[in-house]
Amino acid sequence: MKKKVDAVIIGAGPAGMAAAVSLRENGIKNILLVDREPVAGGILQQCIHNGFGVHHFKEELTGPEYAERYIEQINKNKIDLWLDSCVIDIENNSKNSKTVVILSKERGISYITAKVVVLAMGCRERNRGNINIPGRRPAGIMTAGTAQKLVNIYGYLPGREVVILGSGDIGLIMARRMTWEGANVKAVIELQSYPGGLNRNIVQCLNDFNIPLYLSHTISNILGNNRIEAVEVSPLDENFEAIKSESFTLKCDTLLLSVGLIPENELSIKIGVKLDPVTRGACVDKNLMTNIPGIFSCGNVLQVHDLVDFVSEEAKNCGASAAKYINGKLEKSEEIPIRKGNLIRYVLPGKIEKGKPALLSLRPINPAENLYLVITTDTGVELFKRKYKNIFPSVMLRINIDIVPDDAEFIEIKFEK
Amino acid sequence: MTNKYDVIIIGAGVIGAAIARELSRYHLDVAVLEKEIDVSFGVSKANSGIIHGGFHAPPDTLKGKLVVPGNRKFDRLCEELDFPFERNGELMVAFSEDEIHTLQFYYDRGKKNNVPYLEIIGKERLLELEPNLNPDVECALYAPSAGVICPYEYCFALIENAKQNEVNVITGEKVIWLEKNGRKFDVKTEKGNKYSARYIVNAAGLFADEIARMVGITNFKIVPRKGEEYLLDRRVGKLVKRVIFPCPTKKSKGMLIIPTVDGPVMVGPTALDIEDKTDFSTTRDGLKTVFNHAQKLVPSIRATDAITSFVGLRPAATSNFSIITKLFSVIKSFAGIKSEYIDGDFILGRTAVSGFINAAGIQSPGLTASPIIAEYISDALLKDGLKLEKNPAFNPTRKRRVKHLRSILEKKDFFEVEKLVKENKKYSNLICRCENVTEAEIVDAIKMGHTTLDGIKFATRAGTGRCQAGFCTTRILDLIHRETGIPVEQITKKGQGSEIVLTPLRKGVV
Ligand SMILES: Cc1cc2nc3c(=O)[nH]c(=O)nc-3n(C[C@H](O)[C@H](O)[C@H](O)COP(=O)(O)OP(=O)(O)OC[C@H]3O[C@@H](n4cnc5c(N)ncnc54)[C@H](O)[C@@H]3O)c2cc1C
Ligand SMILES: Cc1cc2nc3c(=O)[nH]c(=O)nc-3n(C[C@H](O)[C@H](O)[C@H](O)COP(=O)(O)OP(=O)(O)OC[C@H]3O[C@@H](n4cnc5c(N)ncnc54)[C@H](O)[C@@H]3O)c2cc1C
Repeated sequence: MKKKVDAVIIGAGPAGMAAAVSLRENGIKNILLVDREPVAGGILQQCIHNGFGVHHFKEELTGPEYAERYIEQINKNKIDLWLDSCVIDIENNSKNSKTVVILSKERGISYITAKVVVLAMGCRERNRGNINIPGRRPAGIMTAGTAQKLVNIYGYLPGREVVILGSGDIGLIMARRMTWEGANVKAVIELQSYPGGLNRNIVQCLNDFNIPLYLSHTISNILGNNRIEAVEVSPLDENFEAIKSESFTLKCDTLLLSVGLIPENELSIKIGVKLDPVTRGACVDKNLMTNIPGIFSCGNVLQVHDLVDFVSEEAKNCGASAAKYINGKLEKSEEIPIRKGNLIRYVLPGKIEKGKPALLSLRPINPAENLYLVITTDTGVELFKRKYKNIFPSVMLRINIDIVPDDAEFIEIKFEK
Repeated sequence: MTNKYDVIIIGAGVIGAAIARELSRYHLDVAVLEKEIDVSFGVSKANSGIIHGGFHAPPDTLKGKLVVPGNRKFDRLCEELDFPFERNGELMVAFSEDEIHTLQFYYDRGKKNNVPYLEIIGKERLLELEPNLNPDVECALYAPSAGVICPYEYCFALIENAKQNEVNVITGEKVIWLEKNGRKFDVKTEKGNKYSARYIVNAAGLFADEIARMVGITNFKIVPRKGEEYLLDRRVGKLVKRVIFPCPTKKSKGMLIIPTVDGPVMVGPTALDIEDKTDFSTTRDGLKTVFNHAQKLVPSIRATDAITSFVGLRPAATSNFSIITKLFSVIKSFAGIKSEYIDGDFILGRTAVSGFINAAGIQSPGLTASPIIAEYISDALLKDGLKLEKNPAFNPTRKRRVKHLRSILEKKDFFEVEKLVKENKKYSNLICRCENVTEAEIVDAIKMGHTTLDGIKFATRAGTGRCQAGFCTTRILDLIHRETGIPVEQITKKGQGSEIVLTPLRKGVV
């Protein structure tokens, strides 16, 4: 099938849905939203725990409930939604024409020509191969997200004696979930000297269930031929090398990995979207447009978010800029770069416009206490200053800054005493 | 069903499979007994997949004699059996004066082994052929006849063709007892089944010594030699077109850069003698060794691009017996092969126990030599009194019943996809989104008897991509359940004991 639309949005997670709704609200009629899963909602559908929407809807929802709110808006706005449909290729024909190739369970293969493409493909989880855990290769080793899907959507318990590597939020949530289903979660092992997930999850998912968290430890060996039988856990020295003489063994039949997310940017790479080596998301301007005119990016595929509320907000802005682009109204004033100073892991976007206010997202390199976040121009104007009692890499900061003066060449963002 | 056969082959790796297919040319009752739940689950699933040019092995060994004739057979074989094979060539590269001497040595050896079109090429041409090589290279030994295959697809194709020609392949059937009774052998398996055959072919890979011992042959032992290999993300691209070898040192053959026939680059393998035949564990040291060596050849290779790793165990034969029984050099074409057994070489042919034929100690280049080993073994059977009468109904061709969507997409041939979907709707249901494997391919694999996640992975590549089965696991469990009726909690990764999920939490799911 061949079809012409104004916008194709790849991924109907919270990002894709919010971008679609925003495009419609900004007057764009012909929108196609595509997802390879049988239902819209993205990762939210398997997150049946509470804690979504506190900022956006001012109430605590489960993941599927949060998704449902957006699905309703998609339906109400009669936005064309293709499910069980995977985007397998994109081509950039010109500034105002991209071709998206979709393989769909119902429709077979389709070529959609669109003026803009919004990338909202989310993340995948890092797995054993990515972090090269040594040892044998039995069954029973999976990512925490796979286990989450097995338990919450598929209705199967992957195992009873569980060890979790990595203290990312998904791992913490799964520690509690598996415990609730009757499994014995023996430990969470974390490479860093601080937890990877949000503090509230440490409290609610580990402490409340007396699940031990081993910081500065790793899994140095995996035992078992058919199904996993045990893991060897070792403390780490300053160089992150396992101290084997102090290692101990934990028996288990399941090992869950919660060792980080990787933005799903393989399609983006294919069409030449430039990626930031730190976030592994696209390099975008203030309008969340990538280096390729007409290709936008938002949500977890742009940067890993811990709160879905911010995903929705980011995607809404993205949809609005994409609508302007379609209408030929996305004007560009002069941009200046943002430089990363002390303790800043990344900041997004990488460039902002002069004479306009801006919204920045950033994460620190490591946890710290009692610091000021300071944003200044090269001309010495202070745009922002706020004291933080605690900062964590697991908590993304969102900052609104004042209008950037016209004579600035760049701005710098840093933490200081 | 009678359990009486003319020939029973023990082991369904590439060697057992190639022999089974070879014997299916004749009027014979042949069975293959395999202990694993699927074929090609032994050494043959975890190797480098190279059809070697043939300059490595000494000319006076079986390896040296058989590698080039084996290699030559692959054009015809891949035509008959429809498995992917590419003659992309191999290069052994030299960085120093000393290494250039080494190249010369292997050039001479290759010439003796009859390696065709072998040449030593200079720096300029080398870098033109392989621009991503370390620019410090001096020259290379070039064997354009080398190639790459997918080892398990090859093995599956052999087995399918053997089955088409009436060979009985029985998996999950571990031989635990063998006895010669008059002119026949009695065989018992772990499940308690009994078989008998006039001839036994021992193609049991790592366990060939144990099978041989059952009939009193104790002149060799199989020592597993471990090799770790690492697979890089498809995104990294091919990096090299040909297989790249370093110059071997006294200590090691070195790490190779292998552009696999499926696309992604693989690096490895290490080589370490171990004792445990079930030790398929990767190590930190292995990882470091592989990437340190690989980066010397192609500096842009990164350990962070690895998406998975695996271990293969080479079944290396050594003599643990002071008296070496003579092996028979059986046919004219193989005359000249030393008839005594050489440490580390293949052990092929007749034994002191008549009717018991060895195809043991088949380490590299076993894959390459497999087609000619099969002929060698059928000749040994002939010499041992088996009547080989051609079966005019023998059908040498096996066709893949399904196309791989991935290779069509790579060519961006979307019209072909449209055509496929029209023929079979299942082609539009993507099950593995990293390697683009559809329901059509998975269902076909299940119908061919691959009912474990590993079996389906080897048959279709589903689950081998960058997400390492995060997306497809539940989808494949569903399809296996739908097609076979096996309850989800009984579906395994690679046979009993490796179940994927335990109990259903709620009734009526799936
Ligand atoms: C386990 C877990 C727990 C969380 N807990 C909380 C919480 O308590 N509170 C909170 O506020 N936030 C939470 N979050 C964060 C929040 O859920 C995510 O940030 C948010 O879902 C990201 O939205 P997204 O749309 O960018 O990505 P996703 O939700 O991942 O959606 C991406 C979609 O794109 C589709 N897709 C990808 N590639 C293609 C393609 N080629 N073709 C078609 N479709 C494609 C995918 O199928 C998917 O549906 C949690 C996240 C996880 C993973
Ligand atoms: C790391 C590595 C890299 C390699 N690279 C190459 C290469 O690039 N090119 C090349 O030419 N060669 C290569 N090889 C060598 C090649 O893989 C082997 O020579 C070949 O796979 C051996 O096949 P096989 O059939 O003898 O053994 P296997 O595949 O192990 O088959 C033997 C079978 O017998 C079964 N079995 C054992 N005991 C019993 C029993 N009691 N009852 C029933 N069944 C039993 C086993 O389960 C197994 O399936 C490599 C090997 C390794 C380890």
